[in-house]
Order: sequence, then structure tokens, then C-alpha cells
Amino acid sequence: MDFQPDPQMLQFRNEVRTWIRENLPEHIRRRAWRDYHVDREGIREWMKILHAKGWSAPHWPKEYGGPGWTPIQNFIFHEELRAAGAPVLDRGGLELVGPVIYTYGNEEQKARFLPPILSGDIWWGQGFSEPGAGSDLVSLKTRADYDPATDEYVVNGTKIWTSDAQHADMMFTLVRTDQDAKPQRGISFLMIDLKAPGVERRPIYTIDEGLTVNQFFFDDVRVPANNLIGEAGRGWSYAKFLLTNERTMSAEVPHSERDLIQLERIARTVTKNGRAVIEDPLFQAKLSRLSIDLTALKWAVMRVLYAAHGDTRLDSVASVLKLRGAELRQRTAELAAEALGDHGLAVVHDPDNHDHVKNDGLAPDIIEDGYGITHKCMYRRTTTIYGGSNEIQRNIIAKAILGL
Amino acid sequence: MDFNLTTEQEALSDSVRRFVERDYGFDKRRAIMDSADGISAEIWNKMAELGWFGAGLSEDAGGFGGGAVENALIAEGLGRGLVVEPFIANAVLTLQTLAALGPFEGREVLVEGIVAGTHKAVLAHGEADARGNPRIVATKATKADGSWSLSGAKSLVLGAPSADTLIVSARTGPGDGDISLFRVDPAAAGLSANVYRLLDNSRVSDLKLDGVVGTLIGPEGGALSAIEAGIDHATVTLCAEAVGAMDTALFMTRDYLKTRQQFGQPIGNFQALQHRMADMLVELELARSMVFQGLAALVEGDADQRRRGVSASKVMIGDAGLFVGRQSIQLHGGIGMTEEYAIGHYYRRLFVIAGLFGNADIHLVRYGDLSWAA
Ligand SMILES: Cc1cc2nc3c(=O)[nH]c(=O)nc-3n(C[C@H](O)[C@H](O)[C@H](O)COP(=O)(O)OP(=O)(O)OC[C@H]3O[C@@H](n4cnc5c(N)ncnc54)[C@H](O)[C@@H]3O)c2cc1C
Repeated sequence: MDFQPDPQMLQFRNEVRTWIRENLPEHIRRRAWRDYHVDREGIREWMKILHAKGWSAPHWPKEYGGPGWTPIQNFIFHEELRAAGAPVLDRGGLELVGPVIYTYGNEEQKARFLPPILSGDIWWGQGFSEPGAGSDLVSLKTRADYDPATDEYVVNGTKIWTSDAQHADMMFTLVRTDQDAKPQRGISFLMIDLKAPGVERRPIYTIDEGLTVNQFFFDDVRVPANNLIGEAGRGWSYAKFLLTNERTMSAEVPHSERDLIQLERIARTVTKNGRAVIEDPLFQAKLSRLSIDLTALKWAVMRVLYAAHGDTRLDSVASVLKLRGAELRQRTAELAAEALGDHGLAVVHDPDNHDHVKNDGLAPDIIEDGYGITHKCMYRRTTTIYGGSNEIQRNIIAKAILGL
Repeated sequence: MDFNLTTEQEALSDSVRRFVERDYGFDKRRAIMDSADGISAEIWNKMAELGWFGAGLSEDAGGFGGGAVENALIAEGLGRGLVVEPFIANAVLTLQTLAALGPFEGREVLVEGIVAGTHKAVLAHGEADARGNPRIVATKATKADGSWSLSGAKSLVLGAPSADTLIVSARTGPGDGDISLFRVDPAAAGLSANVYRLLDNSRVSDLKLDGVVGTLIGPEGGALSAIEAGIDHATVTLCAEAVGAMDTALFMTRDYLKTRQQFGQPIGNFQALQHRMADMLVELELARSMVFQGLAALVEGDADQRRRGVSASKVMIGDAGLFVGRQSIQLHGGIGMTEEYAIGHYYRRLFVIAGLFGNADIHLVRYGDLSWAA
């Protein structure tokens, strides 16, 4: 064992840090630091800059346009991006569907879909969940019936909770292509153009009053058969591959580290009885505890990133990471609200985006680092629900690791 | 000890419950929140007609003869419906502070107006740096040519946007107790108010005072004990409101678990969720018990015993409310995250309640100082 940081990695970190500092435009940084829901224009601009450098898909293999980095380099890059205040990119394309396309897609699909994901020109929504199929995803009902006359699938049904899909051009979905097969065998992985006739979107506002999730209705939507990934009926195994990727990312250590930086800044700025809140022993104990818990999570992530391939225990560790990562995202936001004091109880909308349930224009005169905090505090109740709820993660741990 | 309500108290509690059920449905509430002022004159008048503003005030002080139990019953009912009207700000915090302050010129008229619902007067005491510690006041009042002038800042003043009278605390001397109360016209020169919305959709103001004229009410210096008594009374009332909100959120969640199907069965069949709900009920029942404990503390003769008891209630109930609120969303899954659905709004109110009048840290310290100091 050797726990010394790799000198090459230190050098790599310095390189990317310097590059990000020199290339991240200030207006994008400022907005992303406030950390509200995604802003497509700013992210597209940033994607173009990253793309020109060849860094827009840090975890993709070189042959598909990635930089060919190791998982640890990818992690370091994300830490540096978040700490610098860079926005989160289009995850649907880069992290979720991209790897599915280059792993299971045909050559035509790779050529058609991968380049616009890399350049940030085409955005993707994830259409798995349905009103009746959340934790029990296998029970999904949206159907796609093959029409041999036109070599198309005809899609009917509804998908709900699709994150950021108000910005999306395409949606990758799980649909039922065989009504008679066993539930998992009847599911296929289909990519749907959201501008196709028969697609309708309903925005869903969340408890932070912002817009990020949507419901889509499909009414006889025609999708070319060549938008189906791999084989019909094997969609469930592609989805499992994709969800495992999602869970590894969803420890969200770089984002929580960034949140801790913001939290510390708030606690140094806001006062309690004439002294910075960070000097208050009760507050400091909570901050330390949070920092320690995040350190533990980071070491767990390091074990996975440095692990030899084929260590099967690590598959289920993904659930550990997701579960604790989700909790820490909530705790960092909540402690930041606490640090803010009175303004940590207020609705503070994103001044650059007016897509809120209510736009009464009311807001406290809050410190710069206070923007986005109570919004996150509310919105992040979802981190323990989406991507497989914490209860479902515990079920997986109990079954897969503990054999119960 | 007797935990039973009197017949009058039962009737009061029933009337609040009926009012919330009939006149304050979730859609009605949303319409009120979306209106220009975010509150409703119609609802306020009804509440006044029902006699709730004076129900918890002694006859001596200008009320109908009740006390903290009456206020708690009203607040618990209002908590069930997430009523956004500034009941606690006006009818509890102000009236109880004035009651404890003792006589001053114009008191009867002021109290009468609040009790009748024709006037709204709110206490502007809290400051950002105090974070709910009632003893920290930096706003200053100075006297020149027989008139008082106030300068400083007040933070998160409940009910201020709709108030016609502000009762502002200010330091009139260097000593700990040198705090006085002043009547201030919200339109006074030198006063600026920034109105904003809390997560629970109530509207509050941050005030800046720059040489604002105020009329001293009550004794010069020595208002702190009245302010603390008023805030403590309001804190227990708020705790009762939290219990009403928790109870409603919990049973709404219970009902959802019975109907929501996943994996071919109601999710309430899963033992993991049954245990979670059982934990929520444990918190709720202990919180309810701590409302009684807080009510007992309010009638303590000794102010420190009162403070200690109120802090205990606030710590426990604040945390319990957060737990129940969070888990109510969690057990609903995605639907619990939506703005359209009620459960998130219960959490938003419980979140705010945990932070109002001092969060757990403030009250843990006060409790500790009063319990273990050498
Ligand atoms: C903000 C947000 C963004 C989302 N983004 C996307 C997206 O982009 N694409 C997408 O496809 N989906 C998305 N989702 C959907 C998300 O994955 C689902 O909400 C999640 O899978 C839970 O499903 P559900 O909401 O139907 O809750 P349910 O499955 O009904 O669960 C309700 C409760 O029951 C519990 N539960 C269920 N089954 C069990 C069990 N067997 N044992 C113990 N407890 C159980 C759950 O943990 C939860 O607490 C998003 C959701 C939210 C809220």
C-alpha cells in the first residue's frame, strides 16, 4: 500500500486547475456558483470551450472523442471543475446515454449521436420513470409497437420526472416492445426525438419553486427503428449498465466538496453575536462532522477508483456511495442555510432565470454566497429519492452484499 | 395534573378545525399566497369574528380570559391547514409582550384594535446578528428635544408587511437590561423595509432605521423581560403549530402508503417504511408532550424556569418537525417533491419553524446555561 498522492496526479491537477481558471468565463462561473437549476446557454458556451480543448467528455475513451484519462484523472478534473465554480454539464448525454451508445450502439448510431453530445449541441433527457413505475421500474407501461410498413416504432404512454428535459432535444427511454414476454424481457432502449409530432411536455415545479422536472406524453409518436439500441428486448440490461454508471457518479463528492467551500465562506462572513459563525463552537462541531463524513466518502470513492478491475464487491459499494453521497448533499445545503441565519429561511430565486412557480420579485438582501442555498436545501430532498431511493439502495445492500 | 380540555377549550379547538377544513382548503391557500399581499383580509376578519385574537389573553390585559393553552389550540389547528395569516405575530407575540410590559398610554386602544382584528401591530425585535437570542440588541434609541430617534436594523420581522404599527425594541443605555420599546409608524421617515417571502410563504420584512421617530411605550429600559416573556409565549404557540403540521403530514403520508402501489403491493407493506412511520409517530408524540411541558413552563413563576422549559420544547420540536417533514417527502417519492402537492409545503413550514425564535443551537445553549451553570 502507498497512500502518497501520485506526483503525476498532482501535476495533472495543477494543469487542469490553471487551464480552468484561464478559460472559464466569469459570467458562467458566477451563475453556476449560485448553483440553481441548469442554464442551457451558459453550459453550451462552456461545452464549446471544453470541446475545443478535447475535454468535454472526460470519462469517454479516446476513440470516441474523450481525452483518454484514467478514472482518477476524471475524478480530479471534476473536483477542479466544481471547486472553480464551473457548471455541471449535460449529464443525460455525457454520463448516461453516451456510454450506452458507444458500448451497445451500432456504427451509424455512434456517428449520428456521439459528436453532438461531445459538442454540447444535442441534449438528452432520461425517460425511465413513469407515474406507476418508480422504484419498481420494471413495471413500466409505455409501449412501442413496431410497424414493419415504415420500419418505425409507434410510441404511446407517458414518462415523468425527466430532469432538465425542458432543455433536451432527445430522450432515451425504456419502452415495452413485447407485451407478452416476461416483464424484463419485453423492454427495449429507444431514443426519441422530442420534436417529433405527438410529443407533449408538461413542466413540473418542485418544492424549491423552480423548474427542472417534466412529464412527457407520447401519442402515436413515430420513431425510426434505427433509434433502438442493441437488440429489442434487451433494454433492461443496457439500463442496468447505465444506472451503475449513474450510481458511481452520484456519490457527488466533487460537488459536496464545492458546497463545503461555499459553506465555509458563508460561515466566515455571517456573524453571530458579533463574531463569525464559524467561530461558534456548536456550529464548528457540525461543520467538522460534515467535513469528516465527506472525507470518509471520498476515501470510499478512492478505493473504487484505484481498485483492480473485476473486484465484484465494488458493484454493491456503488449503493453505499449513492446512499451516503445523497445524504451529504442534503446536509451541506442544510448547514449552509443554518449558517445564513434569518436569510436561510427565505425564498431566494435565481435572479438570472424567471422560470419559477411564483415571480413576485421578493427577496432578502442576501450575501453573494447565499444565493441558491435555500433553493438547494429544498430541492435536495430529492437526492435520496432519485436514481434509486435510499430505501432501494438499502434493499440492494441487504440482498447483494449481505445475502439477506 | 389534568391534561383534559375544558368544554370551552374543546369548542375552540373544534371551531379552528372546522374553519381550516371549510374555509382554508389547499387551493384556497394557494390563491391567497398568490394574491398581491399574500394574505387575506377575509380570512383575517373571520378569525377576528371567531374571537381567536383575544382568546389567549387575560381579561386584565384586554382579552377574553384565556391563556397559552388557548393560543396553542388555535395554533395547532392553523398548523394543520398551514394558515399563512400572521396570527402568532399579532395575536401572540405582540399581545403577550404588551401584557407583560404593563400599562402605558394608549395601550387599551392598541390592544382593542388587535383583538378586534382592525389593527395589526407587530414586534420588531430580532436582529440578524442575534440569530434568535432575544438579549442581543444593537439598534439604538437616543433622545433629543424630548423625542426619541431610532437607528439600526431589524431582521425577519414577522407580519411587518401588513402591519399598521411597529413596536420596535432599541437600546436606551449600555446595560444588558437597557432595552425599551417604541411605537413606530411603518411610513415614518428614515425607515425602509425590504419585504421577502419565507419558505413557508409568509411575508416578512428586514427593517433599516436611520433616525426614525418613535414613541416610547412602557418603562425606559427594562422592557427586555416583557419581550422575553412575549417571545417565549409565542415560541410555545409555534411549537403547538408545528405539532398540528407534523400530525397532518404524518397521516397524509400514512394514507399515501396505503394506496401507492409498487412491486404489486401497497408500499405500506414494506417493513422498512412501516418502521420509518413508527419513528415519525414516536417523534410526534414526544413533540406533543413537549408542547404540554412548554405550556407548563409558561406559567412558572420563575422566569429562568420558564426560559429553560421553553427552550427544551423548541429544541425537541424543531428537530422532530424536521424529521417528520423530511421523511414525509421521502416516503412519498417523486410526488412529494412537487410544488403542486401539499406535503412539501408542510416541510417548508416545519423547516421555517425550526429556525424561528432561535434554532436548536440557540436554545441548547440557553437550556445548558440555565441547567448546568456552576
Ligand atoms: C427531482 C427528480 C428528478 C428525477 N429525474 C429523473 C430522470 O431524469 N429520469 C427518470 O427516469 N426518473 C427521474 N426521477 C424519478 C426517480 O428516479 C423516482 O422518483 C424514483 O425512482 C422513485 O420512484 P417514485 O417517485 O415513483 O416513488 P415510489 O417508488 O412510489 O416510492 C415511494 C417511497 O416508497 C419507497 N419504496 C418503494 N419501494 C420500496 C421497497 N421495495 N422497499 C422499501 N421502500 C420502498 C421509496 O424509497 C420511497 O420512499 C426523478 C425524480 C425526482 C424527484
